[in-house]
Amino acid sequence: MADLHFGDDQPTEAERAAIDAIVPQADAATIVETERVVRGGRSRRHGLRHLLLPVLHSLQHEIGWISPGGLNGAAERLGVPPAEAYGVATFYELLRTTDPGHRDDIVHVCVDPACALVGNDDLRASLEADGARVHASPCLGQCERAPALFVQGVGRPDRVPADDGEDFRLPQAGDPGLRVLRRVGVVDPTSLDSYRSHGGYQALARAIEMGPDAVITAISDSGLSGRGGAAFPTGIKWRAVADEPGPDKHVVANCDESEPGTFKDRIACEHDPFAVIESMTIAGLATGAPHGWIYIRGEYPRATARLESAIVQARAAGLLGDDAAGGGQRFDIEVRRGAGAYICGEETALFNSIEGFRGEPRNKPPFPTTHGLFSQPTAINNPETLINVLDIVIDGPDAYRSVGTERSPGTRLFCLSGRIGVPGLYEVSFGTTLGELLDLAGGPTGDLSAVLLGGAAGVFVGPDALDMPLTLEDTREAGATLGSGVVMVFDDTVDMEAIVVRIAEFFRDESCGQCVPCRVGTQRQHEVLVELHGSGQPLAPQRAELIDDMALAMVDASICGLGHTAASAVRSALALGLIGNSQ
Amino acid sequence: MSGVITETAVTIRVDGQEVAVPEGATILDACDAAGVETPTICYGPTLTPVNVCRVCVVELDGSRALVPSCSRPAEEGMVVHTDSERVRHSRKMVLEFLATGVDASQADELGQWAEHYGADPDRYVPGGETMNEPVRVQDNLYIRDYDKCVLCYRCVEACGDDAQHTYAISVAGRGFGARISTEFDVTLPDSACVYCGNCVAVCPTNALQFKTEFDLRQADDWRPEDQTVTQTVCSYCGVGCNLELHVQDNQIVKCTSPDDHDVTKGNLCIKGRFGWNYV
Ligand SMILES: Cc1cc2nc3c(=O)[nH]c(=O)nc-3n(C[C@H](O)[C@H](O)[C@H](O)COP(=O)(O)O)c2cc1C
Ligand code: SF4
Ligand code: SF4
Ligand code: SF4
Ligand code: FES
Ligand code: FES
Repeated sequence: MADLHFGDDQPTEAERAAIDAIVPQADAATIVETERVVRGGRSRRHGLRHLLLPVLHSLQHEIGWISPGGLNGAAERLGVPPAEAYGVATFYELLRTTDPGHRDDIVHVCVDPACALVGNDDLRASLEADGARVHASPCLGQCERAPALFVQGVGRPDRVPADDGEDFRLPQAGDPGLRVLRRVGVVDPTSLDSYRSHGGYQALARAIEMGPDAVITAISDSGLSGRGGAAFPTGIKWRAVADEPGPDKHVVANCDESEPGTFKDRIACEHDPFAVIESMTIAGLATGAPHGWIYIRGEYPRATARLESAIVQARAAGLLGDDAAGGGQRFDIEVRRGAGAYICGEETALFNSIEGFRGEPRNKPPFPTTHGLFSQPTAINNPETLINVLDIVIDGPDAYRSVGTERSPGTRLFCLSGRIGVPGLYEVSFGTTLGELLDLAGGPTGDLSAVLLGGAAGVFVGPDALDMPLTLEDTREAGATLGSGVVMVFDDTVDMEAIVVRIAEFFRDESCGQCVPCRVGTQRQHEVLVELHGSGQPLAPQRAELIDDMALAMVDASICGLGHTAASAVRSALALGLIGNSQ
Repeated sequence: MSGVITETAVTIRVDGQEVAVPEGATILDACDAAGVETPTICYGPTLTPVNVCRVCVVELDGSRALVPSCSRPAEEGMVVHTDSERVRHSRKMVLEFLATGVDASQADELGQWAEHYGADPDRYVPGGETMNEPVRVQDNLYIRDYDKCVLCYRCVEACGDDAQHTYAISVAGRGFGARISTEFDVTLPDSACVYCGNCVAVCPTNALQFKTEFDLRQADDWRPEDQTVTQTVCSYCGVGCNLELHVQDNQIVKCTSPDDHDVTKGNLCIKGRFGWNYV
């Protein structure tokens, strides 16, 4: 590598301390040409670069922004070119690269639909009137207790005001039918002993007895599919990673949860963190991967703290480490925080983010099972997927299949928000109809007009879909999706055009910008909808054609799922007549 | 690609025509071999494919979405369509999208393809966002006019891993706000830039251009049709880089190096690229 060039700006004492907190000077990078690997078309280097995002977080948190001197200090310590470090810093919403001129906390107010329905505007106005530094945020993953706030601290810990009262909504708490959520609200999430006294770590012991091959066979036989949105069969993924030569393989828990309307992973990680750790350990032993990573969105301070505490306790008890749980293999877990970027939930963007690159998705193939984190074989799963593994290992695939349907076995978490009697997190068997689920949640509070299924990346369905069984196969047939389990309810008093404009804005804001169809398509789609919303006119036929043309190109030619789904809610809203008619 | 067909050749069908290419070749190589012309923007023969512009997409049987031909390795038995309705649509949309936000007036090839696929940038909402960047004139060697930038990443790759290993520029920001930038947008003289000009050489839209060319264009006196190109070997050191000197009215106005030259692969250093400035 050529010598890196740094400008004249030097870090201040405080900035140096913030960098030292993550990478002491003694561990600084010595700049040498290291391994060059080609992955997904990009060359990548190893080294300390994977600490770039933690160092930038530290600077942001201590100083309130990333100054030229701070950036230089970080880049020099890690051996990263400053232009690239700047490219990374400017990628994330929670990192600032302009001097805010103050050291006040930033109050993030959610502007996404569930919060828009309950007066986030008023909340914002009153906060501003009180002198708070308010920042508009996409969905904060607290839709069941909207309107949502997240306070990003400068020199003080980040916090979520609603957390102060242990406030989460699990209307079914204590229901014996619960599987994934069985321990939520029952177990003490801060105590390994409590977890153990509720059956914790029996699955890991059983998995060690069974051996990797039998564990993966059980997962395959159970029919478990991914709960992060793409519904990929988990057994196939694990088998593929197990079949790759080791030892440099990884297991990643994708706790980035940023799909608007989704809050299930927050509740699971906050209230049953050991279940995530235990199931990751099973994944590590089954696939022969010694390295575990949790990537969690930056707006989830309590879930992060609880997962970190659970890791420390598990390590102290020998359940993580060189001989994890006595299984004869190493497995340990590192936690990485996101910094405000929906796209970093996409698995390959997530890998780039951990590696210290911009969170831009990679073209697939190659797939993560062969070229994942650091270009090495990686099994990445959503926490809900992982927690399901515990029951499968203990009770066997047949018992697991006793609920749900043949092609969608087991249960599913649904995040109910919007105009619904009792918003909250629900667990029901696959095959429950949409209408039954709404009834379970107290029914719509007004005259139902539409349900957003699967989040911003999902589709709107109308009242005629109430009989639709919530399974992978039935939703697919109906042109819908369960996505990440979002069920956001709207009644006929809602200005749906405003909702859809916001969804389009969300995609425009969150596109990584890498590929043309999505970078420009999401921008132009938003412009068409803003024009429509302001016009009071029906959608002109040539505009409708433009929306379809843009959608087709985004679906066909984008690199990743964000572009592929950026038009789906918009088009479903048009097809249902929710928008586009003069009103 | 060398075009040498080894025992490990793979055979694929391009628009019904069988072509054999060496293992490791891309679908784009196969299209070339089949004599099928393919538009490309972010692809450069000397650069690792980043597959971001998506103008080169083709339809691959068995794949749900279209695939970028420039980066997808050809595999035995693949069946590829380069002129289906879907392919033409996506290519048209990519070119149309670019034309809505970027000044493509000096990107001749892009313009030709846009016409070929019938791109119509005028059918969008009036007053939409554009790149909207001032021309950055920070030295006498080359200028950066990001109004013309299509974010193809070629300059970033040429400055970084693929040639220069200087890493003076990167993509900053996100989404439609993404821009090529130095750290904090400091001027080139304050950045790591060593003025090799390799980024200028790979830019497909003239967003990066020699100051000489920029000045002549400003004076409305840029006349490529009146220019001659002279091949020579750079005399600054012993490496033996080939130079192509572009001359207009007895003045050198720009200097390039052939992409297929063994030594340079199109890349030069400041002395070769800009040395004539001081002559
Ligand atoms: C734009 C985008 C955002 C995503 N965000 C998440 C996320 O926050 N959490 C998640 O588990 N999966 C997310 N995914 C899906 C992941 O790419 C991946 O499929 C998933 O983590 C795999 O785990 P699973 O098989 O257990 O579902 C996202 C995908 C896309 C395209
Ligand atoms: S589809 Fe969008 S988010 Fe995905 S890589 Fe392309 S620009 Fe980035
Ligand atoms: S002139 Fe060379 S060093 Fe400077 S930005 Fe371009 S490629 Fe990088
Ligand atoms: S400046 Fe030129 S080479 Fe660089 S990204 Fe823009 S168009 Fe591509
Ligand atoms: S927290 Fe506001 S919509 Fe999710
Ligand atoms: S040329 Fe293939 S994606 Fe740009």
